[in-house]
Amino acid sequence: MLEVLSYEFIQNAIIAGILVSLISGIIGSLIVVNRMVFLAGGIAHAAYGGIGIAIFSGIPIFFGTTVFAVVAALIMAFVTIKERENIDTFIGLIWAVGMAIGIILVDLTPGYNVDLMSYLFGSILAVTREDIYFMSALFVVIILVMTFWYRDILAVSYDSEYASLSGINVKFFYTLILILSALTVVIAIKVVGLILVIALLTIPIYIAQNLSSSLYSMMLISGFTASLFTIVGLWLSYSFDLTSGACIILVSALSLMLFMIAQKIR
Amino acid sequence: MQTKFNLRVIEIENLSFVYDKEFVLENINLIVDNRDFLVLIGPNGGGKSTLVKLILGINPIQSGFIKILNKPLHKSLTQIGYVPQNTNVNTNFPIKAIEVVMMGHHAHKRAIFGYKKEETEHAMHVLRQVGMEEFADKKIGSLSGGQRQRVMIARALCANPKILLLDEPTSSIDADGQKQVYELLKELNKKITVIVVSHDLSVVLEYATKVAHINKKLAFHDLSSIKKEFDIGNNHVCEVELLQMLGKCKC
Repeated sequence: MLEVLSYEFIQNAIIAGILVSLISGIIGSLIVVNRMVFLAGGIAHAAYGGIGIAIFSGIPIFFGTTVFAVVAALIMAFVTIKERENIDTFIGLIWAVGMAIGIILVDLTPGYNVDLMSYLFGSILAVTREDIYFMSALFVVIILVMTFWYRDILAVSYDSEYASLSGINVKFFYTLILILSALTVVIAIKVVGLILVIALLTIPIYIAQNLSSSLYSMMLISGFTASLFTIVGLWLSYSFDLTSGACIILVSALSLMLFMIAQKIR
Repeated sequence: MQTKFNLRVIEIENLSFVYDKEFVLENINLIVDNRDFLVLIGPNGGGKSTLVKLILGINPIQSGFIKILNKPLHKSLTQIGYVPQNTNVNTNFPIKAIEVVMMGHHAHKRAIFGYKKEETEHAMHVLRQVGMEEFADKKIGSLSGGQRQRVMIARALCANPKILLLDEPTSSIDADGQKQVYELLKELNKKITVIVVSHDLSVVLEYATKVAHINKKLAFHDLSSIKKEFDIGNNHVCEVELLQMLGKCKC
């Protein structure tokens, strides 16, 4: 069994899985406590527009998706700050328009033969060294942001009105959280795919939220639980030749169920 | 008497606020003296919240002026400790009581990362003041409504304000919790000015020294002299006594 670890693509998959899990633990916690799950879902689906643009114009897909997701996040930030009342409608709009752009552009691309399923359900076994460098860089950026701005982000997330009164630039931090969410969504698409991103960003976080009394510990616990689910999911995927993203999510969901039952009993 | 003569903590003159071409507040004049216990009452939509937002500098001043401690108003919580309404929301948030209190520290005096030792000590000190010291490391969601409100008061006290402003502080708290909150405010009132926005007259008037009724315009009542005529030995002002009290008052 252990000899599979000597394959480079398996090593890459494990490193990427753990990196993405740790990042999702931190950013997923922020998304959940800020009640931005729908927003993050919107960004994830709108990101498909980026995939379409990249395929159509021949630029690297990862780059195209990243830029498009960040632009979608900026639009979301702008809209949610300006149009608080109709926020759900606008998120739905961006969600759908992004996907539509992606589909049309893929239609228009001559000789298109990229495997769509790998974007919808992830392709962790196809992770490259470059992807890992990008993930590591994002991880470092997130750690730095959280170290220096932890208190501001905590204040904005917990009580944005009070944070604004005490002189914290709420709009800046809100936009920052959304941009980091967009980047996280892009790399999570690599691992579990577009459709399942939200599960990775919420299931481990739900478990952690019930076990932590501070945002900091919630991020750590989420990161480690997500890593565990990813590794177990990957192992199942390899052993039974199943789609990795779906395995990871089912392992997470099953664990969540067991966790909830354990809580009820206690 | 102590040195509270004419020390005005808040001066509001000819303040008006228009929203959608209609007056929300019209020509408000109000003077709050040091160590007053002022209660702002009035119907919903009467402009209480707007006045609070103006005092806090959230809403821009359109006409008239507000002076806080003899200085023109600017948007900051340096002089005013603010306890917002609805502190029962977001109770699932993973945050400890002491972390909530430390949000009250001023942004520009903070450590680069983490919490400075003095900040933690000061936060513990204010938690002691509100009687919540032993709950410092408890998750905010595990506290009762009254306990949570006292933590919010501690957060407001963290920056050593001269004025404490509370918006409906007991609207979602049980009777015991309400009593505790008001007893605490009474104690704090020995040192600082307290302003409470409330619709719960019977509870509030037991503690108030001054009352301002706001419904677009403002009517002011100084209760300190009237109150003495009533026996409130059992620490309770019921609606009946309230009516008698207001009957004596010339509005």
